[in-house]
Amino acid sequence: MDYASSEPPPPAPHRGHPPAGPRSEDALPATAAAAVKVVIVGGFGVGKTTLVGSVSEIRPLTTEETMTQAGVGVDDTAGVERKTSTTVAMDFGRISINEELVLYLFGTPGQQRFWFLWRGLFEGALGAVVLVDTRRLEVSFDVIGRLEERGVPFVVAVNAFPDAPEHPLEDLRAALDLPDSVPLVVCDARRRDSSRDVLMTLMRYLHSLAASPEAL
Amino acid sequence: MSNPGRDWEDGTPERLYVITGGRSGPVSPVPLDLVTLIIAKTGPRPGMQPEHAAIMRMCRSPLSVAEISAYLALPVSVVTVLLGDLITAGHVLSRPPVAPAKLPDLALIEAVIDGLRKL
Repeated sequence: MDYASSEPPPPAPHRGHPPAGPRSEDALPATAAAAVKVVIVGGFGVGKTTLVGSVSEIRPLTTEETMTQAGVGVDDTAGVERKTSTTVAMDFGRISINEELVLYLFGTPGQQRFWFLWRGLFEGALGAVVLVDTRRLEVSFDVIGRLEERGVPFVVAVNAFPDAPEHPLEDLRAALDLPDSVPLVVCDARRRDSSRDVLMTLMRYLHSLAASPEAL
Repeated sequence: MSNPGRDWEDGTPERLYVITGGRSGPVSPVPLDLVTLIIAKTGPRPGMQPEHAAIMRMCRSPLSVAEISAYLALPVSVVTVLLGDLITAGHVLSRPPVAPAKLPDLALIEAVIDGLRKL
């Protein structure tokens, strides 16, 4: 099934009512023993939620975090200065890998002012997908630099928007200053098979890293 | 007609303060990740705070901390305080995520690849 809605995501559960919890068909089996996570990171409107939604077995959910430590990790607070609390939403989805293992996919904004979210997010994450819109490459520079700094393994996926200029991948690789070892693929985040292939690319890359750790 | 949920704006710091009894920060006896799975040992107990009871109901099947946060429409930081209470009281169990050390192990990655192939 294709999930073609654009960000922002589906509305949060209706507030002020007793929360329903998951629908029975969304319940995990009692055998679900452990979970892993992958982070999808990119600028606003790049298609993170679309990608998550196209492969998720549940409708993407939204979790919120409140930005409380004023100034921590904030580069440009102009416009939000002195606000006591800012709520940032993260959309996520889920894929049951087998009876015991569950994979969660979290979409998170790439802009530097949201990096405070990354602490809990990347701890223990298997790796990341940097989702790129060729019309707005600049967000990706910072994200890629930050992931490299943190030692988070990642692949880069270009979401092929119909009206985006087409660049040869080698030009994009050069523009992003991406090492040859980091996979770079084109995808259509609306399509389940295409989004699945992006995750496969990440997993194969992680596999190659784990098989030859000296390559890091 | 009384509907306590409507008397203040949801998500305001005041409401969150009341829900957690003014606590913040890690009070859980075990570290809780966004993808730690929580499972209730029983149904909700009489007299439980509504948020605690809601967690007990929705965790009849395993559910991640992130999903609990989404369904309760409460920030993760608040949910972890509530879960800390329930874990301390022995009402719920937590199943920690698979934590890759420096690099994930091959068997784990292979399991994920197999699972994705079936999508």
